[in-house]
Amino acid sequence: MTAAGAQSPLTLTLVDGVYELELRAPPVNEIGLPMLEALERALDELDPAQGRALVIYSSLSSGFCAGADLRALYQGMLATPELEERRRRVSDFIDRIHVVMNRLDTLPLTTIAAIHGVCFGGGFELALTCDVLVADKTARFCFPELRLGIVPGFGGIPRLKREVGNGVVRDLLLTGRSMNAKRAQNIGLVSQMVAQGKQLDAARATARQAVRFDRAAAETCKAFIKPIPYAELEAEKELFKRLSVRPVVLDALKKFVESTDVRPYL
Amino acid sequence: MSDTVQRLIALSGKKFKVDSSAFTPESDFFLVLGIDSVQSLELLSEIELEFDVEIPDYELTGVKTFVGLAQVIDDRR
Repeated sequence: MTAAGAQSPLTLTLVDGVYELELRAPPVNEIGLPMLEALERALDELDPAQGRALVIYSSLSSGFCAGADLRALYQGMLATPELEERRRRVSDFIDRIHVVMNRLDTLPLTTIAAIHGVCFGGGFELALTCDVLVADKTARFCFPELRLGIVPGFGGIPRLKREVGNGVVRDLLLTGRSMNAKRAQNIGLVSQMVAQGKQLDAARATARQAVRFDRAAAETCKAFIKPIPYAELEAEKELFKRLSVRPVVLDALKKFVESTDVRPYL
Repeated sequence: MSDTVQRLIALSGKKFKVDSSAFTPESDFFLVLGIDSVQSLELLSEIELEFDVEIPDYELTGVKTFVGLAQVIDDRR
């Protein structure tokens, strides 16, 4: 089974009751309109009667996902000089990606993110929708949004708050620094850390274990232990929409897009 | 050359499969390793695990040499 053709940024397959969502859009699975639409199609295709678990992984060596497609966002803003229209477009995208993230978060399947390398911004937010995070030792997590004058806008703040203490949330958000897989495991975010390149094997083994259990018990358990912070998600959406259309963000995006520096994060 | 610098040079060369015999403490590690921004994050993770330290990215702003990197590592141990 596949969610789309060869040009799709992702592929959905079903093997022995386990769905696998392969992210495969270079350079690092940036989330723009094509990825959003592909995720929507994949979610429409998912049938809980057929699959009991979902593994999300990247087949790119660069990492899991670098987050929002900032180049597309910048080009979109340039092409939309009228502020109200720009606001409407940002709002539409954010509303749609929140629906996707909420659908992933509430799937009646056991969801597992197999993470390696870069897991930044929207990629981190995508991972946070999953029930179990498996990371190899190269995985690095970061919310760099404040560097651009915005906040995470795909539901990352409430979901990170759901998983770890507020001190860590503030540290990561307010400094924009990244943390490695070991640290992420120590704070309770990553539940399994494995050797380099072994994250998908470990995620598949976890999925095979999860599908052995009674369906009703697994769904009930998930719903009980993983509440969705809807009110905070709505609040975050509004914060993002308000901040993202400011001129300072356009300036920061321009600097990012035009930078040829190989060390933007160091 | 300090122990930290020696270990750092050896680890970096091995990680990116580069002959590190000509590296000096003052070598610009981005240049001699030929790495990009994503690879620099890989190096940071490798360093943190090898030296059992945690280094916030902002502490590496402007750090270009192995000796500079070693100083940041030693300050965090």
